[in-house]
Amino acid sequence: MVDVQDQSAVADAAPPPETDAATPVLSFRDGPAYEGPVVALAEFGASSNTAAVRLDPGDDARVLVPHLAGLRLIEVAFPKYRDGRGYSSARILREAGYTGELRAAGDVLVDQISFMRRVGFDSFAPAFALDPARVEAALDRFAFVYQKAADGRSPVWALRHG
Amino acid sequence: MYRYDQYDQSIVNARVDEFREQVARRLANEITEDQFKPLRLMNGLYLQLHAYMLRVAVPYGTLSGPQMRMLAHIARRYDRGYGHFTTRQNIQYNWIKLAEAPDLLAELATVEMHAIQTSGNCIRNISSDQFAGAAADEVADPRPYAELLRQWSSFHPEFSYLPRKFKIAVTASDVDRAAIQLHDIGLQLVRQDGELGFKIWVGGGMGRTPMIGHVVREFIPVAQYLSYCEAILRVYNRYGRRDNIYKARIKILVHELGAEEFTRQVEAEWALLEPLALDAPQAEYDRIVAQFAEPDYDRAVPDAVDRGDPDFAMWLDQNVHSHKQPGYAIATISLKPVGGIPGDATAEQMDLIADLAERFAHDEIRVTHSQNLVLAHVCKADLYALWTALDEAGLATPNLDLVTDIIACPGLDYCALANARSIPVAQKIAERFADLDRQHDIGELKIKISGCINACGHHHAGHIGILGVDKKGEEAYQLSLGGSGAEDASLAKILGPGFSEAGVVDAVEKVIEAYRTVRTGPDERFLDTYRRLGADPFKAAVYG
Amino acid sequence: MIRLLTGNILETGDVVWWDGTEWNLALRDAVDVGPEGDALLARTLAAERINEPALVDAEPTPDGPRPRTMRERVRGAGPTVRLDLNRIPA
Repeated sequence: MVDVQDQSAVADAAPPPETDAATPVLSFRDGPAYEGPVVALAEFGASSNTAAVRLDPGDDARVLVPHLAGLRLIEVAFPKYRDGRGYSSARILREAGYTGELRAAGDVLVDQISFMRRVGFDSFAPAFALDPARVEAALDRFAFVYQKAADGRSPVWALRHG
Repeated sequence: MYRYDQYDQSIVNARVDEFREQVARRLANEITEDQFKPLRLMNGLYLQLHAYMLRVAVPYGTLSGPQMRMLAHIARRYDRGYGHFTTRQNIQYNWIKLAEAPDLLAELATVEMHAIQTSGNCIRNISSDQFAGAAADEVADPRPYAELLRQWSSFHPEFSYLPRKFKIAVTASDVDRAAIQLHDIGLQLVRQDGELGFKIWVGGGMGRTPMIGHVVREFIPVAQYLSYCEAILRVYNRYGRRDNIYKARIKILVHELGAEEFTRQVEAEWALLEPLALDAPQAEYDRIVAQFAEPDYDRAVPDAVDRGDPDFAMWLDQNVHSHKQPGYAIATISLKPVGGIPGDATAEQMDLIADLAERFAHDEIRVTHSQNLVLAHVCKADLYALWTALDEAGLATPNLDLVTDIIACPGLDYCALANARSIPVAQKIAERFADLDRQHDIGELKIKISGCINACGHHHAGHIGILGVDKKGEEAYQLSLGGSGAEDASLAKILGPGFSEAGVVDAVEKVIEAYRTVRTGPDERFLDTYRRLGADPFKAAVYG
Repeated sequence: MIRLLTGNILETGDVVWWDGTEWNLALRDAVDVGPEGDALLARTLAAERINEPALVDAEPTPDGPRPRTMRERVRGAGPTVRLDLNRIPA
């Protein structure tokens, strides 16, 4: 057996870990996290009144761009945390002007939280509960960031040159 | 060279703290190895055959004397007294303990060094031309732009869980000393109508399916190249394959979409990204460019060199290149002594090189992707003293680009991924051709050896490439000819059936003797003879 | 052929072999784990203290087991190009 340095295939991996129903959604928004039904993108249509939709890793986030105003929650699934497509989905949605709740669900560890916040996620439904103290430590860890993302933080070059 | 400000230092220190905590959680069994592995890989820590291997970043291959001294200290304190310089200009230590890694990284941080993103499915070390800042043929020093890329790519929140690793190389001359066409993104700094910008290749790479990159942009102004790279990475992150690790590099995506469609997607994404003001402002460019200003040249130094000592003259002719500044030269330190391990240096040698860099080279050292080191700014008047010191330490083998200047990956002696050993093959070939007259007669000949299909030895880009394979539990070797990592990029082709270790060394000798027979004259390089005549004369010589 | 159980110690990365009682740095002390090997491997994996545990085939010899593959022989003895770096303490 070798320490294969790179991930094994994540596409078509096992379905996302079942969320422990007792694990509350961790939210950074003002007000409560959305609790209504969430439909898969395939079932979401222009005529639907659904306010919440789920994006799987292979879904095209831009399909939702014409519908952002009517959405209260977009949940981006992370069946395997090594599959990073959801980070692009999140940032694309924020760049397109989405201001609703943007939730990362599934295989989310405390080590991914700060990147996820940077790309625009503001709530989390991890498969296994996160230690709030560790979450806070992770978010406070890096006082500075090198690049612009979707969180409005100033990159270091902006601090350097005002 | 670039010096950290308080922001850079804060970020590296935070990363050390973060990793220290992650290691503590792992050692306390709070997270599993499966959860921990990508985290340690993002800090350059691999589990190899004998122990953990740590790959320390040498950004675009440039380091200072004090940094080299720290690398020597690390070798002594945390390892077995030596390090290995790699084909991506980094350094590797082979005997690291996980429990000590956080302290090691903390020490590195005190001299502005780290192991961030030297492994894992993220953007790796940005590599560049080892002659940057000294070569007469460059448009401008490419390293400020490599530094901007380093900062932009470090802890990039969107691109830290890519389908696979991502490698970027930057040069600034038509002569390619960094193999940019064999990188995921290759950037050549060019001037168009007086404006600085980049020509961009995407989709080059080696490994299981070697490919040469495609030009996706003839010119992008420097003010926009970061957001353009962002567009490339986003297309890759979204659409790169994740179902098969051998098909997960961007080269496969470019190949499967076709270069035209891939380019169209990148341009479409960039059209959406460009208005978001992601690019660094001119003031930041100016700040970083200023840190790569020319050294304070002594403009009165003589240009002539006393060639009286014949051994020195041989080294001068082979290992020393012209510098753009009269009176100066670029000296290559060979880490390829005949019979030695390619790319390895002891802690004592590293300390010596640090001293020599401070005395003779404006305190700057470069790592080359051929696993040698370079002192880029040496007064010609100091070359003899430099050579004398190098020679005493076994660092003056006058074989740059000759048949004994072999690139070899660590191979099955060290690497958990390897099928066969590569270092002994390099040693045996070098010993066979040790005679310097014979080496000069052969001329430029780049032999590259990989111990497995991952091609860390760049065998696809070797004039002669050797690939170690597993043949029913035994080590076997395939021979390929005609590759090049320079601006005339080409991929080596397999010559025929494989060999044992002894057999491949003999086969290499037969190939070289055939070359000597059919070349137009001693001035025709092996590579050019092969391109002129094809494989037939070599097949005949090797297989009868 | 016999079967050995090997892995790398989490804290240090050292290559170790199951000697019947504990994890041992010396290949020569490795034992044949026999049919118990798979259960032992599973327990080792679950404990998360030994990385990359694996069962490897070996031939018994008077000087101790000789692994079938070159890879495992190199793991057992150290890099062939640096015999001075034999990992096993004297």
